[in-house]
Amino acid sequence: MGLSTRHLLQLEGAPREDLNLILDTAESFREILDRPIKKVPPLRGKTVLNLFYEPSTRTRISFELAEKRLSADTISFSAATSSVKKGETLKDTVRNIEAMRIDMVVVRHSSAGVPYYLTQCLEANIVNAGDGAHEHPTQGLLDIFTIRRKYKKIDGLRVLLVGDIRHSRVARSNIWGLKTLGASVAVCGPTTLLPYEVERFGVDVYTNIDEAMEGVDVVNILRIQLERQQAGLFPSQREYTNLFGITAERLTRLNPNYTIMHPGPMNRGVEITNEVADGPASVILEQVTNGQAVRMAVLFLLSGADKRETDLTKTE
Amino acid sequence: MEFDLLIIGGHLIDPGFGFSKRADLGIAGGKIARVFEEGQLNKEEIKKYLGDRVIDAAGAIVATGFVDLHVHFREPGREDKETIMTGSRAAAAGGFTSVCCMPNTQPAIDNQETVKFVTSLAEKGDCRVYCIGAITKNRAGQELSEIGDLVKAGVVAISDDGDYVQNPEVMRRALEYARMFDIPVISHAEDVFLAAKGLMNESFQSAKLGMTGRPAVAEEIAIIRDIKLAGLTGGRLHIAHVSTAGGVEAIRRGKAEGVKVTAEATPHHFTLTDDLIGERFDTNLRVNPPLRTETDRQAVIAGLVDGTIDCIATDHAPHTDEEKDVEFDQAPPGMIGLETCLGLAVTELVDKGYLTLLDVIRKLSANPAAIVGLPSHGLGVGESADLVIFDPEAEWTVRREDFYSKSKNSPFVGRQLKGKVLATIMNGRVTHRTRT
Amino acid sequence: MTKSDAIQFMDKQAIDRAITRIAHEILERNGGAESLVIVGILTRGANLAARLAQAIEGIEGIAVPVGLMDINLYRDDVNYNPDLPEVRQTEILFDIDGKNLILVDDVLYTGRTIRAALSQLIDFGRPKTIQLAVLVDRGHRQLPIRADYVGKNIPTGFDDDVQVRFVERDGVDEVVLSLAAAK
Repeated sequence: MGLSTRHLLQLEGAPREDLNLILDTAESFREILDRPIKKVPPLRGKTVLNLFYEPSTRTRISFELAEKRLSADTISFSAATSSVKKGETLKDTVRNIEAMRIDMVVVRHSSAGVPYYLTQCLEANIVNAGDGAHEHPTQGLLDIFTIRRKYKKIDGLRVLLVGDIRHSRVARSNIWGLKTLGASVAVCGPTTLLPYEVERFGVDVYTNIDEAMEGVDVVNILRIQLERQQAGLFPSQREYTNLFGITAERLTRLNPNYTIMHPGPMNRGVEITNEVADGPASVILEQVTNGQAVRMAVLFLLSGADKRETDLTKTE
Repeated sequence: MEFDLLIIGGHLIDPGFGFSKRADLGIAGGKIARVFEEGQLNKEEIKKYLGDRVIDAAGAIVATGFVDLHVHFREPGREDKETIMTGSRAAAAGGFTSVCCMPNTQPAIDNQETVKFVTSLAEKGDCRVYCIGAITKNRAGQELSEIGDLVKAGVVAISDDGDYVQNPEVMRRALEYARMFDIPVISHAEDVFLAAKGLMNESFQSAKLGMTGRPAVAEEIAIIRDIKLAGLTGGRLHIAHVSTAGGVEAIRRGKAEGVKVTAEATPHHFTLTDDLIGERFDTNLRVNPPLRTETDRQAVIAGLVDGTIDCIATDHAPHTDEEKDVEFDQAPPGMIGLETCLGLAVTELVDKGYLTLLDVIRKLSANPAAIVGLPSHGLGVGESADLVIFDPEAEWTVRREDFYSKSKNSPFVGRQLKGKVLATIMNGRVTHRTRT
Repeated sequence: MTKSDAIQFMDKQAIDRAITRIAHEILERNGGAESLVIVGILTRGANLAARLAQAIEGIEGIAVPVGLMDINLYRDDVNYNPDLPEVRQTEILFDIDGKNLILVDDVLYTGRTIRAALSQLIDFGRPKTIQLAVLVDRGHRQLPIRADYVGKNIPTGFDDDVQVRFVERDGVDEVVLSLAAAK
């Protein structure tokens, strides 16, 4: 029993068995978060490095807590306070830190492929905490986990992702994971914020939000960033909100028992109204809690992967 | 008659004269002194030539040395990547006897002094090194360089390679002005705004990886504009490293309309596609113009087959390990290509039935030489002895430690190729001999 | 292993009698069922815990809270065992503070499972006492741990295999011993 890989880099191409093992294990870890002492010992003696080359609050805190709750020792490193500014290469930086005996590295970086690159530089297990607009696998998994806890299944559900799909690593990880587990996935956003040849992801593509919402079980609303407007990808926040903002009125087209998700941080009043964000169908805070369980499960399972010495990751 | 060098047992292919035959060559004074028809050269005669003075080319092809219109030898400025000496040594190892250096050095080749500097260094090198001058001063795309001066110093073409001349007015003047010297203007055809910040081809692959893409239309639009300007001015336009189906089609139409346009394709663009990038994020696969889709690759091959693309050029672009062993987006674009060119051409074009050996030799020698007006080096008596001897059937594996280039940034390391250079002779001197 | 290699040490009647006796002993020692909670260790300890609770309810008429626990995260061989254990659900949906907690497992052997369970229970709260009930004690302790309630002591070799089977899981109630030599 175990994962087929010793790193978690992406959900694209991840086998169904791996996804299910992580989700099942997360289910067990979810219970620990309700205990009076939210800590278990399996990563005792392991050291995890959180390497954040992009500003992040919630993902970094979530990983740190997950590590601490598994009894790992953790250190966190963010680019602002590192030797990066002294002109040291990424490879030198991580190898220096690894020389202090690090077992696992959680990495966030603006450049796609950096987690893979680190697997070539280091012996440690690598967990991708977001690389450019490529993937954010633990976010994808925690979204899927949250959906699965509510519906007790993924297969056959209709999930809609709304917003800036093009620049969203969360969207990519969600799409791959959900599709592997049998969900039907739709995306909706301004044409300038959809990826090139988006249909080839195997999703239904909409630019009209009301049509997109028809018959949907889960709406996952992505953050819209001001810098995209500055880059000329849409004319104004006002127009975005009018065309794609999720309001209570728009929810009527969804299936009964629908769910509202948002990976955060939210721009209330832009992509989502208060009424929707705080409504009864919103599981936005549940996502945050579940993120702990999923990250604990991932770290725990990867810690065991080495012992089997069956490295099935891509190597030369 | 006494020869400096005998080449025996080889099969001669000369696209210029269109012959293909078994013959032996006697070299003297840097020239082909005699062509022995099969059987004319007796064994007793051969025995007089020992060791270095005889090359046994049995089973191999003897052809005119290759000409590369597109290399970056980095000197002056970045001698840590490549020098004229190391670059020309790599060229010889790849079967090249003449190369044309792009002007994006530091300082740029936009003045006589730099041309003279490069040319003087090249005198001791292992191949003939020609300079391509900058179209604009400091390659900035604004004012024309002193093109007449550059031509006087010996440049064979002008280009701002690495950058597109984004201002159409400047490009128009360049084509007009260069016409009076009868040199081609080589265009690195990628619209600056459309390709801005792109790390790879814009495609489903870039969508999956979330990387900013360089769309194919950035090349197509740039090529179409330059062809229109060449048509308007009557200037000679050469399109560097064509990589897209639309670009190939635009050149095909331009040629049909009688515009003086020629084009080159690189081995990497006719061999590799963009779907490789997500496999290992190999920074050696980062190149401008980027690796494209399989459709584009097929179109480039079709362009080579029907003559739309006149020649093969390597865009040999050395970068150090230090520069390439970084995050994908931090690595400078480019890969080396001189030493894998023939192997890739034989493996991907000849072996797969797209081109004959004669076609490949033509696209690696006679055609590029004609584009920049280099003297033709045929295989007739009295011709300069610029020769390549290669075994089109020999299989070999590309190994990092075998590169003569100072930089090792090749994505082909580990790849099995067919077609191996055995020896290169430039001006009668053996510049490369494969260790056997 | 064929059936004939195995020696049956307890049948259904023997198991039932042992559970009933243990239930009586628990009640006697704790002065009734009010202060009791029961936690069974997955997998068959959980089955045994349910049966004990049933027996106690049959005697006292009080439904004692029953929880179940997966101890794999607390194992001391996580870093030594080549196979990562499967992490299963732990469900202790009641307060254990100040309670007399009956920890239940099917077989007591090296004591390492019980050590892991004790570590984990301490993270759930502070019971007044923790008492250990097992169906079989087969000896070979590697830690200073003993059971408070034992269904049957079975002398075994270290490499022998003791299997407790419950009808709800295995289709039959029995305890069998397979000798190492017969394997």
